[in-house]
Amino acid sequence: MGLRMNRTKGDEEEYWNSSKFKAFTFDDEDDELSQLKESKRAVNSLRDFVDDDDDDDLERVSWSGEPVGSRTRPGSFQSLSDALSDTPAKSYAPELGRPKGEYRDYSNDWSPSDTVRRLRKGKVCSLERFRSLQDKLQLLEEAVSMHDGNVITAVLIFLKRTLSKEILFRELEVRQVALRHLIHFLKEIGDQKLLLDLFRFLDRTEELALSHYREHLNIQDPDKRKEFLKTCIGLPFSAEDSAHIQDHYTLLERQIIIEANDRHLESAGQTEIFRKHPRKASILNMPLVTTLFYSCFYHYTEAEGTFSSPVNLKKTFKIPDKQYVLTALAARAKLRAWNDVDALFTTKNWLGYTKKRAPIGFHRVVEILHKNNAPVQILQEYVNLVEDVDTKLNLATKFKCHDVVIDTCRDLKDRQQLLAYRSKVDKGSAEEEKIDALLSSSQIRWKN
Amino acid sequence: MFTLKGNRLPAADVKNIIFFVRPRLELMDIIAENVLSEDRRGPTRDFHILFVPRRSLLCEQRLKDLGVLGSFIHREEYSLDLIPFDGDLLSMESEGAFKECYLEGDQTSLYHAAKGLMTLQALYGTIPQIFGKGECARQVANMMIRMKREFTGSQNLIFPVFDNLLLLDRNVDLLTPLATQLTYEGLIDEIYGIQNSYVKLPPEKFAPKKQGDGGKDLPTEAKKLQLNSAEELYAEIRDKNFNAVGSVLSKKAKIISAAFEERHNAKTVGEIKQFVSQLPHMQAARGSLANHTSIAELIKDVTTSEDFFDKLTVEQEFMSGIDTDKVNNYIEDCIAQKHSLIKVLRLVCLQSVCNSGLKQKVLDYYKREILQTYGYEHILTLHNLEKAGLLKPQTGGRNNYPTIRKTLRLWMDDVNEQNPTDISYVYSGYAPLSVRLAQLLSRPGWRSIEEVLRILPGPHFEERQPLPTGLQKKRQPGENRVTLIFFLGGVTFAEIAALRFLSQLEDGGTEYVIATTKLMNGTSWIEALMEKPF
Repeated sequence: MGLRMNRTKGDEEEYWNSSKFKAFTFDDEDDELSQLKESKRAVNSLRDFVDDDDDDDLERVSWSGEPVGSRTRPGSFQSLSDALSDTPAKSYAPELGRPKGEYRDYSNDWSPSDTVRRLRKGKVCSLERFRSLQDKLQLLEEAVSMHDGNVITAVLIFLKRTLSKEILFRELEVRQVALRHLIHFLKEIGDQKLLLDLFRFLDRTEELALSHYREHLNIQDPDKRKEFLKTCIGLPFSAEDSAHIQDHYTLLERQIIIEANDRHLESAGQTEIFRKHPRKASILNMPLVTTLFYSCFYHYTEAEGTFSSPVNLKKTFKIPDKQYVLTALAARAKLRAWNDVDALFTTKNWLGYTKKRAPIGFHRVVEILHKNNAPVQILQEYVNLVEDVDTKLNLATKFKCHDVVIDTCRDLKDRQQLLAYRSKVDKGSAEEEKIDALLSSSQIRWKN
Repeated sequence: MFTLKGNRLPAADVKNIIFFVRPRLELMDIIAENVLSEDRRGPTRDFHILFVPRRSLLCEQRLKDLGVLGSFIHREEYSLDLIPFDGDLLSMESEGAFKECYLEGDQTSLYHAAKGLMTLQALYGTIPQIFGKGECARQVANMMIRMKREFTGSQNLIFPVFDNLLLLDRNVDLLTPLATQLTYEGLIDEIYGIQNSYVKLPPEKFAPKKQGDGGKDLPTEAKKLQLNSAEELYAEIRDKNFNAVGSVLSKKAKIISAAFEERHNAKTVGEIKQFVSQLPHMQAARGSLANHTSIAELIKDVTTSEDFFDKLTVEQEFMSGIDTDKVNNYIEDCIAQKHSLIKVLRLVCLQSVCNSGLKQKVLDYYKREILQTYGYEHILTLHNLEKAGLLKPQTGGRNNYPTIRKTLRLWMDDVNEQNPTDISYVYSGYAPLSVRLAQLLSRPGWRSIEEVLRILPGPHFEERQPLPTGLQKKRQPGENRVTLIFFLGGVTFAEIAALRFLSQLEDGGTEYVIATTKLMNGTSWIEALMEKPF
């Protein structure tokens, strides 16, 4: 079979020793060969520090990349997991013959500490002969003191398989390092059931609740997710979190109803708002504030009784006035519904007089209006309502609300600023006239 | 070399395929896909896998479950624990280290850190003194001592390069990574993200200027630049406060201009020849200047924006201890305007850390606003942040931060950004707590700050490692000590700049080499703590 590539040995050498990219080095001496020699010396001195009693299992490679000797290292970790795992090996890949030497170290005489040391080197080691609980625990202790994650995992897999859940949990409860390792391991392999059992046993109730809740992230279907969230209610979250979880469920429940209804309305084509502003995305799984915005956009005038009305959302989720007004403002401003914006801030007192007030600063109102390209007259009206004079002046100047600037300068008796602003208005405009009139007025005691 | 991607392997006329990967389960899925997509009709190729820095039982089990384990002829590990990023900087680049160590109590990264340190000692000599602060620091020191004990039989005869090792837990200083870095390199990282010494920048400013082209040749792919000390100009400006960079660049521009003008003075053949020989260097310098001028312009667009100013003001208020106990208006506005969640989280965590935890009412308020605006699923992230100590309720009603701030002089009112005299220049007023600790360890020693050390989490300790006789270091007067400082859980470029500043002080006494589990910034740090779908 034509398996061999048509390459000479020299070509292979060149291939391995050349590179498209020159690696970055920090030394001025760019002599690759001397660097290579240096690192080789340093690394070889390392060998003294490596636990090296079984030389012949190590594959030695010379610096040119050629293997020294023809031994391949047995896939010892695989055998280890074979020995431990209860799932049969499935293999779709072409079978490659395994070297016979693989099982030759199958011995019965290793003590726990020897066993653990062999595991660290990746050698085959059957753990089956550690039968008694005491032996198993000693094995675990040795593994933990070695700090080697792979070894601890290997021992835990063995214990998980050969000990009852209750005993395993009970023993690990007093062994913090191994316990943490087990939790990390169960998370990584996704054994949610055992993880939850463990948390329940340890009475780590909040972690249990959060771990269960986390699962919802993996459920895509909205109805299934909603049903799952229902199972999270009543779990031992903190008081605050419990309320949030409840809200999460209620919100998704509402969103499913709204989504179904609106999709129907949209396809029927009879509703103006949907025709004029077709929906760009589904409302499912959106945050609460986004849902409120959507509701203020598409369902503003609906009565409290419907699931999709803004007022209903406000009541159900106890949305504070501040948040509500901000969101409604953003939605109505986007639709350029200036009357609605007006109504948001107008209140009638008992005498019947109207007054404008806002639970958020009017400067925020102005910013949102500006972002939505509100006409200057509307902007002007709200800039005028900004309480802090400096902010008012700043915003008026920024958004070219000439009358407000002029009036404010007049009120502040600031002649210099008014003079400076004159150059910013159009020549011959009504504003220029107004400024000139003020500047020449003898009635005003200018301060500068 | 190809980047690991799903489906089929790229076409290549080779016999051997080596997968060179970190032991992450999701990478095993991709590898299995590659192996199973092999074209059976073609010549069979040999597969090998190299895990960096260690093999993982779980990964091999996964390969087995996916049915491809047997396809690999070699399954090895390549113990690259510490990767050099510069002449004084090493990193393990382990993204998960902070979460594993401080949230899950998993010591695997600490084990690798210890192994990396053993390798360093093998190359550069046993480090005679080890100082540490933090639980993880203690663990690493213990592992090092145990590992040294196990390698008995041969003495390390290399003359020690390092005088000290300082191991620091990240959670001793949770504040620093949350603040916005203000050095040149720090800002590049904050705004664009530096990955493995490379940064990807918007291409518009880097297009070569062509006359009369009308911009139709504008590149659409991001401009990728390598950033390290081999570039002379970059080495000069990287650690400066950004406000000091402009003057360096304009001075450089004048020097380079003048150099090119020299061609008019070259009259003799010899002079012309000399000028020509210097041209490549001058052209490289000019290219480098052009790149960094463009980058500085990009950064300036951000730093002169109103929002950047507002954010910085709030950060500095918190760090100087102002109004950390009530809901902050700017943060509220950010949430209302739905700014990036990570930006908001950095700010609330900063407030929490500067207040030793938030009052329950304030915390609940922020949490509710965040969950209602960004989604309830973020309960999980908020819980992680609490576990990490970043965003938590105040216990015992005591705020320790003012004591720490005053004793360690963390907030310096008069900062000289152009010609700094103190490490606080890297945040224009705030001195990184971690670097202060290092500075004080060097002079006058930690005994002077016992009280503060007791407030900060974790034990502090000192260990000595005996050296064979004859290798004891004798420092000449005026010769600096060399300290290897290892940040367990991540380090920022601003902290690195601060340490380099200390290293070049006239009579500082200590030079630093920096090692860490990961080069990071506040954004990548918080991102690693966010819960995502499996």
